[in-house]
Amino acid sequence: MTEERRIGVYICHCGGNISDYVDVAAVREALKDEPGVVVAETTMFACSDGTQHDMINDIRGQGLDGLVVASCSPKLHQITFRGVSKRADINPYAYTQVNIREQDSWAHGDDPEGATAKAIGLVRAGIAKSRNSSDLVPLVVETTSATMVVGAGIAGLRAAIGLADVGLHVYLVEREPTLGGWVATFGAMFPNDQDGRQQIAHLTEEVAKRPAITVFTNAELVGKSGSFGNYVAEVRINGEPSETIRATVGSIVIATGFDTYEPEAGEFGYGIEGVVTLPEFKAMVDASDGTLTHGGKPVRTIAYIYCVGSRQPAGGNEYCSKYCCAASCHASLEVGKIDPSIHQYHLNRDIRTYGKYELLYTQSREQGSVYMRYPDDTPPTVELTEKGQLTVTTIDALTQSEELAIPADLVVLVTGMVPRANEGLTGLLKLPVGDDGFYNEIHPKLRPVETVVDGVMIAGACQAPKTASESVGSGLAAVAQSAAILKKGVAELDPLVAVVNDAACTGCGECLKGCPYDAIDQTMCDGRTVALIIPSVCKGCGGCVPLCSEDAIDLLGYTDVQMRAMIDSLVEVAVS
Amino acid sequence: MSLEAPQGGAFKPRILVFSTHNISDPGIDLAGSRHMHYPAPVSTIAVPCSSGLKPSWIVHALQAGIDGVFIASDGDECAYLPDCSERTARIASQAQDLLRAKGIEPQRLKMAAVCSVCAESFVKYMNEFSHVLAELGPVGTIAA
Ligand SMILES: Cc1cc2nc3c(=O)[nH]c(=O)nc-3n(C[C@H](O)[C@H](O)[C@H](O)COP(=O)(O)OP(=O)(O)OC[C@H]3O[C@@H](n4cnc5c(N)ncnc54)[C@H](O)[C@@H]3O)c2cc1C
Repeated sequence: MTEERRIGVYICHCGGNISDYVDVAAVREALKDEPGVVVAETTMFACSDGTQHDMINDIRGQGLDGLVVASCSPKLHQITFRGVSKRADINPYAYTQVNIREQDSWAHGDDPEGATAKAIGLVRAGIAKSRNSSDLVPLVVETTSATMVVGAGIAGLRAAIGLADVGLHVYLVEREPTLGGWVATFGAMFPNDQDGRQQIAHLTEEVAKRPAITVFTNAELVGKSGSFGNYVAEVRINGEPSETIRATVGSIVIATGFDTYEPEAGEFGYGIEGVVTLPEFKAMVDASDGTLTHGGKPVRTIAYIYCVGSRQPAGGNEYCSKYCCAASCHASLEVGKIDPSIHQYHLNRDIRTYGKYELLYTQSREQGSVYMRYPDDTPPTVELTEKGQLTVTTIDALTQSEELAIPADLVVLVTGMVPRANEGLTGLLKLPVGDDGFYNEIHPKLRPVETVVDGVMIAGACQAPKTASESVGSGLAAVAQSAAILKKGVAELDPLVAVVNDAACTGCGECLKGCPYDAIDQTMCDGRTVALIIPSVCKGCGGCVPLCSEDAIDLLGYTDVQMRAMIDSLVEVAVS
Repeated sequence: MSLEAPQGGAFKPRILVFSTHNISDPGIDLAGSRHMHYPAPVSTIAVPCSSGLKPSWIVHALQAGIDGVFIASDGDECAYLPDCSERTARIASQAQDLLRAKGIEPQRLKMAAVCSVCAESFVKYMNEFSHVLAELGPVGTIAA
């Protein structure tokens, strides 16, 4: 039997995200007299500093020994409230996060009564879990003060330099023969007109100056073993012959970047001579020797078609790539520098030169570029006339006038970003991929570079379309996060591992055979052979638990007693 | 007692979903984040890996008055166990044997892999399973 526990329960409104559908006061009322509950409160925002402070005061003032917060998904705030428990000097593993937002209010907006009844069951189960928790101490593992950065675009390069500067060893792994990713191919870039090639040259010099950075080109990450804090990464360096090296690293930063959208043949005339994508056009402008020519003829008129492959209906790329408006406005200014008399027509759905990039838009218009909106449902068409003239036909949404035909020498399809094909890496690291195909962080605001894979971070445009400065910003965030987990030299791991009840164990050895991690050994206990689980090797999956015919194995945090109590709590009728 | 079908109203089966922290639970979260609806009497308990579930917990749930148990398993994506699918399937079939022995319909246990972005399929599974259970009626009502 469990001793009398002293548990605090906090039920969150989440503004109205929860309380618009779940009657949080009724949940509190139903559970305030549950066995072991000493404090039961509702709160507007459980995660706010003020409420965290109140919880700590309650824990201290009321001598609480367990905490239950019913709010959002544990993916968001489990860490937060374990932290509250720690700061109040109670066991963080006596804390239970109950998800009544993603798995209740948001899913049952059509059934507030049902949602409230469900919340009562879930919170009661959470209380039961905390009530039956035992005192657990985190496992401490020594960590390796080295990081692997995969991808040496602007994000990976800058991250590598930052990591070296905080005193970590860095293995920088780039698949291509050269460093720099997309930016290494660019001339002047927005903002500030700085030359992309020069910026990359500068970063590669800085990398070379740092002995703490080992660079591998023509190389790929092909294997990962070990556990958080001490991953063994296997890198294949392609060549004749190929070579494989191993490095032990504490964390891995993925900065593998993006690809550009490749229009289908015939999409806005793609395939017709003179119809180019934005990256192709940028290469032409960057390579200009003071004139702009195409097919041997000077370019007099350019028509840009925006949002090609972006903001498509469901099934296509629904997102906005957000760099392309600014990049096109900027390119038009560069064209103006080559020859201000070139006519430039920008056919767009609306211009998203957000923040200070708006100034580029203004400058481009002032310089003579003509911007015209086309209706969402009637995009421009591109064709070659009988005389061989490339022509763009469009409707100006603002004047709703009849069709305009623009004869052009060049049609620029303003293409967005798409995720890079990287199935091998994605599968190897089990990286979470979103609906859009880009890698997903744990939380866009609070944990923007961490992934659900411990110690594996994402940075740059592999995460979502980003400008160069945004890519570098997230690269440096990954530096800070790597430092936060590796600079202490030790990391705490959840002690939620399997344990053997010696008295019940018959030493049959079934669990040993079932553990692929060799985390189970045998030992002598009172003259009998019994199983012994090595906590630092155990991954905490619980796979051995159902293998034991004697019910002698428990996974801490999910013990037989806890699971049964939680199940019972879901069906119990409310205590009146 | 709330275990009975509400008087006059349609019977809403209680479903217990066992999810996994890194794979199916995020998929179930995503369904909510997208405000997709499934029946409210579906409650989820998350564990690290579906291969860690004990058949006896499933039996316990159905004996306690849960009308159906759904294992939202890791499938091939499991980060822990390469043979996770087979292990979870074995647990499910052991549980069904136990259920049969106790006179509980084995159809009250269902299992399917739910990935971390499989919000739509989760909602579909819940609607379908809820429908099947509604036809079966409340647990424990058959004469064994
Ligand atoms: C036409 C165009 C114009 C642009 N203009 C501007 C501008 O003016 N200003 C601006 O701020 N932004 C601009 N951008 C956006 C800018 O290019 C990106 O923000 C930036 O390149 C993102 O950097 P990154 O390091 O994340 O990715 P990338 O540049 O894509 O670099 C990723 C690197 O990772 C490597 N890699 C990929 N997979 C693997 C793997 N499995 N193993 C090892 N290595 C791998 C790649 O080879 C590459 O070197 C423009 C983009 C385009 C397409």
